[in-house]
Amino acid sequence: MEYFLEQVLNGLQLGLMYALIALGYTMVYGIIQLINFAHGDVFMVGAFLGYFGFAVWGLPLPAAILLAMVACAALGVTIERVAYRPLRYAPKIAALISAIGVSLFLEYFSSLKFVFGPNYRVVPRPFAEVNWKIAGLTVTNIQVIVFVVVVAMLVLLQFLIYRTKIGMAMRTVAVDHNAARLMGVNVDNVISFTFAIGSAFAALGGILYALAYPQIHPFMGIMPGLKAFTAAVLGGIGIIPGAVLGALIMGQVETLTAAYVSSQLRDAIAFAILILVLLFRPKGLLGRTETEKV
Amino acid sequence: MILEVKDLEVYYGAIRALQGISFSVEKGEIVTLIGANGAGKSTTLRTISGLLVPRRGEIFFQGQKITRLPAHKIVRMGISHVPEGRQIFPNLTVKENLLMGAYTRNNRAEVEQSLEEVMTRFPRLRERAKQLAGTLSGGEQQMLAMGRGLMSKPTLLLLDEPSMGLSPLLVEEIFEIIKSINRQGTTILLVEQNAYMALQVAHRAYVLETGRIVLHGKAEELRANPRIRSAYLGEVEEQDGV
Repeated sequence: MEYFLEQVLNGLQLGLMYALIALGYTMVYGIIQLINFAHGDVFMVGAFLGYFGFAVWGLPLPAAILLAMVACAALGVTIERVAYRPLRYAPKIAALISAIGVSLFLEYFSSLKFVFGPNYRVVPRPFAEVNWKIAGLTVTNIQVIVFVVVVAMLVLLQFLIYRTKIGMAMRTVAVDHNAARLMGVNVDNVISFTFAIGSAFAALGGILYALAYPQIHPFMGIMPGLKAFTAAVLGGIGIIPGAVLGALIMGQVETLTAAYVSSQLRDAIAFAILILVLLFRPKGLLGRTETEKV
Repeated sequence: MILEVKDLEVYYGAIRALQGISFSVEKGEIVTLIGANGAGKSTTLRTISGLLVPRRGEIFFQGQKITRLPAHKIVRMGISHVPEGRQIFPNLTVKENLLMGAYTRNNRAEVEQSLEEVMTRFPRLRERAKQLAGTLSGGEQQMLAMGRGLMSKPTLLLLDEPSMGLSPLLVEEIFEIIKSINRQGTTILLVEQNAYMALQVAHRAYVLETGRIVLHGKAEELRANPRIRSAYLGEVEEQDGV
């Protein structure tokens, strides 16, 4: 029983990190109906910048995190500006191919010697890992940090989207670009802002990931990226609470599969979920069939 | 002259939707564009508000050239477009929809005051302020769209088919509201398929046929014009000597 609960805690930690990434996929999809396949690579860049900031340039950890988030926000905005905006009104497949191109570019460019280099790097722990025994359960300080940070970000995002003017503008752009324009919304700016937020979240996710699994490399974004994408689809792509729900489920499925079935099957099962969702519930768990009035 | 449109030509791909139309709107007027489906009425409004870019021609608003300005800048200059089919935001509450109408305004107290004015004009919107706009009936959605359009305090209001899909009683109500908005100082350019009602409230009218203006004049003159009567007002033309 304790083993099971500990696995659930591990799954929660993983799921919360997936949630941070999945939000970026789902927000971008919600606003321009594009799967930003480079998103997992922004997560990787975030992990590296956090590592460089803290371990190489000697910045205090919060400063390194902030630097990584700001730089990745700028990277996300640039990606949209250069690779997606010119294709916004082209057939969807064009932007999708462009996204895959950006993804490969980031992976291989990062692998160059004068960038991040092709090798695995071990991330030094900024603080010692502490284990607490609570009611017979082992809880680590890293789990607590991940939980607090991700929940704080979710609350912040909720506030941003439902309580601010830019958030309201985001919700209108998600429905109809032209109707939003007629209100005076600069749709391009709102899209850039969405990429900035999603990418900053991915960077934070990358740093938390490196904190929990302290090894980074230029291709580290692929798997978490695909898992988070699956989570977003599972919850209903474009729906923010859906991304979080999907991510929490993915975290549990993956951890429990590794614990009770086979750790080699964890990825296979994760992607089997993607296929099953697409086959039987393409709108996702929280997706509704359209009932909007004309 | 508050709005002047000169030789406007607009294409959808290879199709020329507007074939060089010119018209003007004076301050304080209600001007209507009438015509059949596909005549280019909505295209004209969408070009004025910046959603479409004309291939040729110019648009002047209060003497300033607004041709090719992006839509979000044109709103700031004082043109508000209530689009065909309402285009309200179904996932926002009624109040949020109205606040979106005031997106370009930053003075909170003034926005609150406009909100109060709009809700007084449309009491149904006050009752439903916290409801999601997607749950409103067609008539309520039209009122919301118009209320939202007024929230930017426009100098010129563009109304596209406000009577579409509404019951005759509601149509009467909407047109009464249009008149009262105009009486309080807002200039209105109205596009309607319901030519009968449009010619009742408008001061002047332009008749569009396949992207061209074929007739224009005072509304009461057009109401009496036999050609208009048969083509747009559903009356059988009286023919002499047959």
